Parts: sequence; C-alpha cells; structure tokens
Amino acid sequence: MTDTLPKPVQTTPPAGGARRKLFSNTLRAWLYILPAGILMLFITLLPQLYQGWMAFTDYNIQNLRFNLFNPETWERFAPSLVGLENFIRVLTSRLPIENYDFIRLLKFNVGWTVANVVFHVIIGVAIAVALNSKNLSGQRVYRAIFVLPWAIPGLIIAFTWRNMYDRRFGAINQLIGKISDWFDLGINNDIRWLETTTPPAGGSAGLALGLVVLLPLAIFAINALWKSGVPKWLVWLPAAGVVYAAYTLTIMYMGLPFAFWAVWLPNIWLGWPFMTVIATGALQAIPEELYEAARMDGASGWQQFWSITVPLLRAAMVPAIMVGTIWTFNNFNIIFFISEGGPFGRTELLVTQAYKLVFTQRLYGIAAAFSIVVFFVLLVITLIQNRVTQATKAYYE
Amino acid sequence: MNKRSDFLRKLLLHTFLIGVTISVLFPIVWMVSIAIDPRNIDKPLELTLIPSGASFESFRKVLFEPNPLLCTNPAVASTCMTFGKLLVNSLYVSFGTALFAVVLGASAAYAFSRFRFIGRQVGLLGFIALLMLPATATVTPLYVLLGQIRLGDEALRSTLLGLAIAYTSGTLPFAIWNLKGYFDTIPAELEEAALIDGASVTQAFFRIIVPLALPALAVTVLLGFMAGWTEFVMAWLFLEDPSRFTLAMALRSMQGQYTTPWSTFFALALLMSIPPVLLFFALQRYIVSGLTVGGVKG
Repeated sequence: MTDTLPKPVQTTPPAGGARRKLFSNTLRAWLYILPAGILMLFITLLPQLYQGWMAFTDYNIQNLRFNLFNPETWERFAPSLVGLENFIRVLTSRLPIENYDFIRLLKFNVGWTVANVVFHVIIGVAIAVALNSKNLSGQRVYRAIFVLPWAIPGLIIAFTWRNMYDRRFGAINQLIGKISDWFDLGINNDIRWLETTTPPAGGSAGLALGLVVLLPLAIFAINALWKSGVPKWLVWLPAAGVVYAAYTLTIMYMGLPFAFWAVWLPNIWLGWPFMTVIATGALQAIPEELYEAARMDGASGWQQFWSITVPLLRAAMVPAIMVGTIWTFNNFNIIFFISEGGPFGRTELLVTQAYKLVFTQRLYGIAAAFSIVVFFVLLVITLIQNRVTQATKAYYE
Repeated sequence: MNKRSDFLRKLLLHTFLIGVTISVLFPIVWMVSIAIDPRNIDKPLELTLIPSGASFESFRKVLFEPNPLLCTNPAVASTCMTFGKLLVNSLYVSFGTALFAVVLGASAAYAFSRFRFIGRQVGLLGFIALLMLPATATVTPLYVLLGQIRLGDEALRSTLLGLAIAYTSGTLPFAIWNLKGYFDTIPAELEEAALIDGASVTQAFFRIIVPLALPALAVTVLLGFMAGWTEFVMAWLFLEDPSRFTLAMALRSMQGQYTTPWSTFFALALLMSIPPVLLFFALQRYIVSGLTVGGVKG
C-alpha cells in the first residue's frame, strides 16, 4: 500500500524566490526601523557628526551664532579648522582651565568605578542571599524598602547627601557627634567633608580600600589570564600590567581627600539595590533539588554556597556588572551635585569635566574633542570587559 | 538544639537586615524631618526624628502656592507656575518619552530580531555605537537643529514635544539592544504557528510577542519615564517659556548659590519621588527578567 502514496513535493524554492524573499524582508524590516532610524539620524547622528567636525575647529563662544542652515552666518561666524590641536591639548593637559590633568582624570575615573562596582556586587549579593533564606518573616517588607535607593531619582539623592555633609548642620557630622557622646569616644565631628584636601587617617583608609578591592581583583584577573589560553610564557606580561595598575590605583586611593569618601558612600548606598534585585532573581531560579542532592552527598552549607550558588549567580551577575560599570563610570549626579568635582578638581569625573567644558568654560571645540576621547576610553573598557566575560564563560562551561 | 541554632540564625539575619534597613531609611528620614520642620531654616540644629512643632506647612506651600522663581512675569503671581502645572508638564514629557521609546524601540527591535535582511548587522552595530557616544557636546548642534524644525509658529526646540523627542533619542539605543535580546529568546515557532492559523503579522506581534516580552517592555517604559522625569540640563537650555517648565527644573532652581529653602526643597523632592517609586513597585516583578534575559544573549 505504501508505494501508492504520492512522493513528497519538492520544497526547495527556486533561487529567484529566495532572492525575492530577502528583498521583501529587507523592505519590510527597514520600514519597521524607519521611525527609530529617522529619530536617531536627526537627534543623535547628525549632532554627533557636527560634534566630530567641531572637534577639529576652534569653535567657541563667538561661533555660537554660526548656523548651518543660514548662509548669511557662514562668512562671519564660521570657526576655523585647527587640525588635531584640540585632541593634543586635551591629552597633554594643555587647556586654559584650572586643575585639568587628563591622566589624573582617567585614573580617578577608573579607580572610582572599581571601588564602587566591587562593593555594589559584594553588598548586593550578600543582602540577596540573606533575604533569600527560607522561612524568613518580613521578606516582602525588606524587599520593598531595599529598592528605594534605586527608585528615588539620583538627582534628589545627590541633593540630600550634599545637605547631609554640611559641616555644622549636616546629618553625618551630627551622627558622628551623637555616637561619640553615647560611647564617650571623643571623636572630632567637625569634619569639612567637601573642602578638606588631606586624605582621611593619613592615607590608611585609602590603603585599606586598595587592599580590600584591588588585591582580590588582581588575583582573580591573573588566575583568569593563566587559564585563558594565553601562552604560559607570555602571561607575565599582562600580569605585570595588572599588578602595576593595582599598585598605582592604591597609591591614588591613599592620596584622595575626604571628598572622595563623601561621594563614594552615597554611591554605594544607591548602587547595591540594583545588584540585589538581579541576584534575587537568579537565586530564585536555582532549583532546590541541586541543594538537596548536595546535602545527600554530605556537603556543608558553606560548600553548597561556593559550589552551587556562586557559579550559578555568576551567569546572571556578569551582564549586570557590565551595565553597572557603564552607569558608574558615567555617574554624573553624585559627583556633580555633592563634591562638584572638588576640592581642586580631585574628584572630577570625565563626564563632569565634559559638562563643565561646555557649560562653564564654553570651549566648544575642545569639549567636542574631549567627548570623542571619552568615547574611545569607553570603547576600550567595553572591549576589555567583553574579553573578560568571554574568558570567564569558557572557564565555567 | 536544632531549633535553637535556627532561632540564632534568624536573629542574626534580622539584625543584619534591620541594620541595612536603617541605613537605607536614614537619608529618607532626614529629608522628611527637614521637610516638616516648621522654622524653614537652612538646616536643623538637632538630629531629631520629628522636630518640635512639626507641620506640613512646607508641603502645603509647595502644593498650592505659586512658585516665585518660575514666572512669565515675576510681578504678577498668576503668571507663576504652580505644582499642578509643573506636574502636568513633567508627566507629559515623561510619558511622552516612555511612549516613544517603547513604540519605536519595539518596532525596530522586532525587525532586528525576526528578519534576515540586507544591512542588518550594520544597522544593529550603528545603534550600539550610538549607545556609547557621549552626548555632552552635542547639545549645541542639537539646539540649532531642533530650532530649525518649525511646529506651527514656534521652534520644536522650545516645546515639550521637542524635549520628549530629544530624551527618546537618549533612551532608544539601549531600548533597542535590550528588546532585541529579549525578543530573541521568544521562539519564532510561536508566531509561525499563529501565521499558519491565519493571523496577520501585526496580530501575531500584538497577541504573542507583546504579552511574552512584557518584562523588557516594562523596563523600557520605566527608563524612558525616569529620563523625562529627572532631566533638567537640556530642559533649561531648550525651553524658554516658564509655563512649560518641569518639576525637575523647579527643584534645580531652588538650589540657590548661597541659600536653599531646605524645608520646601525637600517637600518638593519627596513629592517628586513618589511617582517613580510607585512605578518601580508596579513594575518590580518585571524588572529582573526584563533587564537581564536580553542582556545575556546580547
């Protein structure tokens, strides 16, 4: 009977059909992208190209009347081309503004990002694990309260902390005074958080931060390098780079004034809830059977944590860390409204400097060149992060 | 024995979590306690939870009295902005940004996720590159550009619609990247089945993709809303007529160079925090998956 059934129809379409399909798909797809594309073209791409052109000119306040759409202004207000001069001046710190040092800015920005993200992750995960323990009463209340630092606009948080750091009336100094009184400690609570130029505790706070944050990171990085497939005889080269970076950043932390700690604390305060929310989601997705199996095999609670919870959390935390790194690297509100980059520009970030170049110094051409340099810095960081993520992925699969 | 160690474990956990709660609430309580301080002095002199003679006077002032800093004509009180008008403007810009971001973002992300077409890679990379470009120095050309587009008898630049469009361009690259990653995790077979059953592409999109991608769509709405709600740099630069000013601008304008009316300032800040916090709570269960599922796939 079976051989009377008709043969299946040839399903491969002729080549012309495939091409037509691709063509109609292309048309359809670009139709869907068109609205977003037009918006990005006019609102982002064109201004970016314009900025690219500005970076090569001496565009400043006199050239503001220049209007691309009005030929009458071309002759009188057009800036003149200066080649790479703006870029050279940005990178070699030869700008007509006070306290500008590109290398210092870059180092501070990296050190700031590391000091924040590491603590966000550690605190965020610790709290998520604590919240996730079984039969804990009040879980929902804790969860609701713990998203507040993330949900309140950053602008408002920054203003609040700025007020709290006030020398005489601020909450921080008053709290230190109260605690000092209760326990009769005699701590000096007249701290000028935002103006003092000396580092707290003679630099030992910075040393402690360096040891807590950078030492484990350096060990982790060298360990990952060792296992990443880089030829073993070559590993010492990037490893020496890692050690050098950790060393210079620690030296930098040791020299940072009180203002750094005054902006660091609020940024820790507002940053960990994001990590807690992500980690909570990942923890709840871990099947209970894994822990049961581990218990049957006689694993202790600590062993379960390190061999089940941590590896499975890592998968969810990696993209969160990437997002968090970019956010922290460009965290404008906290620095701009609490320390204002001071004292003497020592807590300035690249973004706050870029803002000041435009709105305070009004050096538009230089600001454009500066923005392009910052773009390349971000690009390098993203590429390195991507590399590390790939490496850790291969390591764990 | 076991019961006792369990009790001890819980005691430790609660101590830890209550400690965290206190440090989270401390700045918020500080805001409240200054806002209800009747003296409206710059800063309170005592670390007290409820200052003596506490009242909601500064809240009443913020809510019902015209704001003397934002007036078309400072001599006439009726031309000054009130909380209600500022709120309407802020909601308009914020929801406008959220709506543009979610509609345009979902449409483009759907194309990138579902179609294989000419220019796909280039288009996608283009949007991702825009995500990383710092926008500080682009405000000057943007000012000129938006000034060229006329909307009736005025420039698009000085309208709330223009502002919402400018904010949307800031949120779109991330929205497209995030939504595309999320759409990729939804099996295409689901739509194919619907198409075979006679649904149109549009129907398939709204009946299948939209309900399944709710978390990522919710995150897009949230980020768009927050951008419109808190931005004030561009707003100060672009808007000219005080009747269009937003809450974020009002808050910023109260930060004086020498003194700030802290009680009313924090009253306004607290009121301004309520909508984003409510939106956060409403969308909370979507946020985790909406922000991470797409990201893993990139």
